[in-house]
Amino acid sequence: MDNLITLLPELWIAAGETLYIVGLTLLFGGFGGLILGLGLYLTRAGSILANRAVFSTINVLVNTVRPIPFIIFLAAAQPLARVAVGTGIGNNAIIFTIALAAMFAIARIVEQNLLTVTPGVIEAARSVGAGPVRIIFTVLLPEALGPLILGYTFIFVALVDMSAVAGYIGGGGLGAFALLYGYRQFDPVVTWAAVLLIIVFVQLVQFLGNWLARKALRR
Amino acid sequence: MSSPTPLVELRNVSKVYPATVKGGADVTAIDDVSLSIDAGDVYGIIGYSGAGKSTLVRLVNVLERSTAGQILIDGRDVARLPERELRPVRLGIGMIFQQFNLLNSRTVARNVAYPLEVAGRDKSDRAKRVAEMLDFVGLADKAGAYPDQLSGGQKQRVGIARALATSPALLLADEATSALDPETTHEVLELLKRVNREFGVTIIVITHEMDVIQTLATKVAVMDQGRVIERGDVFDVFSNPQQSASARFVSTVVKGVPSRPELDVLRARHTGRIVTLAFRDDTVDQTRVFGELSRDGVAFQVVYGGINEIQGRPFGHLTLALTGDNETIDAALDRVRALTTVTEVR
Repeated sequence: MDNLITLLPELWIAAGETLYIVGLTLLFGGFGGLILGLGLYLTRAGSILANRAVFSTINVLVNTVRPIPFIIFLAAAQPLARVAVGTGIGNNAIIFTIALAAMFAIARIVEQNLLTVTPGVIEAARSVGAGPVRIIFTVLLPEALGPLILGYTFIFVALVDMSAVAGYIGGGGLGAFALLYGYRQFDPVVTWAAVLLIIVFVQLVQFLGNWLARKALRR
Repeated sequence: MSSPTPLVELRNVSKVYPATVKGGADVTAIDDVSLSIDAGDVYGIIGYSGAGKSTLVRLVNVLERSTAGQILIDGRDVARLPERELRPVRLGIGMIFQQFNLLNSRTVARNVAYPLEVAGRDKSDRAKRVAEMLDFVGLADKAGAYPDQLSGGQKQRVGIARALATSPALLLADEATSALDPETTHEVLELLKRVNREFGVTIIVITHEMDVIQTLATKVAVMDQGRVIERGDVFDVFSNPQQSASARFVSTVVKGVPSRPELDVLRARHTGRIVTLAFRDDTVDQTRVFGELSRDGVAFQVVYGGINEIQGRPFGHLTLALTGDNETIDAALDRVRALTTVTEVR
């Protein structure tokens, strides 16, 4: 307990770092995933921009990246991180790698949620002369907004999970904090303090996501 | 009286879907269909599920591409137009659907405004038109409601308001009442009648419900396996179908000539001679027919059939069981034959 009290300043810094890492990965990975997911949805057979080559390419890419265990992906993607963000270690490298991995997971979630939009509604929009871009912004995204928000909330939890291994490549955050000051110092109180904070984060975000989704669905 | 160019003309149109499995057979959804629809018509297209009706109607606004033939809208072939150039064409063709297909994320008013946004109309113009349309379909008080707060009939009325917002000359109705109960169906059909009468909108109605055609359409085409097998005035097709598939359809709403098994049942119940009389329009005077029968004391009982009315013109078949001595019946039937078609069934 005494240890925890002396470590409190570090704990707050770690919490801030986790938020920073997760926030930025959600931003970049979320955007990339949205684009890829839309790509999957729009190019699948029978859709408005059906294109077998593009669909297969994205599909194979998503299926290839998704099953790789993240801690291995982290190591494997290090050279890529060096090229992209100039460094293979630290918070920037971890943000890049998580965003990259998350993008493919998010793509699938986006695709699945877009598939909940009734094809008839798309057809109705086409029947009044709406083009693909208009359909994306006025039909697809608004009609799938509720499930999309819930999907992104789900992803947030996965991102917190992924960010916990940042310590392995010299990043910060609650995961690194728990490893360094809790696990390695044989101090379960410190470990559990980090766990508790993570639980609080996840609960808050889940609550926020549910609330937003309810608003979007007007239920 | 037909205008020099029909509003919609299909010339030898086919739609073939390539085989879904390698080495499989191609699927012909529409097989060499030619059809001509004049401005102001309410044209019904009927047929069983899978006959190709929904595909056919989607070829008209090119939601689906035909694989052969020409599709002329106001004399202009739209079948091969690139997607971009179809936009103005589609703004001139409204469409309503079985499942209504409203945008759940938008209010009723914003659903109706949608085609106007696509057409690039400015905001005040849109608001004015939306109010007009909601007034027309009787939903002015629901402008701020969301589709999931409406009944099926109300949703379809929103669908109609949306389809007509850009003042199209043509309305495609794809099984528009099939998801509605009989009373609501009636309301929606009455509304569509008004659309045709008050705005002069030409309507193509796809349905498997014969009574929809009966109340709404003036002309009808019967589809079977991707082909149009019969077409003409609704009255002609209903009162005197030429093809067996059309006759089967007609018999779902109009009890006509008894079928073999039905006849066996009648036979078991009635010992006398059984004849079927055709009544069509005002050419056959029922009073005279029955007068001739009963004049010499032939007793009769109506055992099967019915009289229907389409566009104020009655038609139908009545099957009678006659009792009396054979010669009197023969003489009476000869007199009736001079008035209408008599079929004696054994």
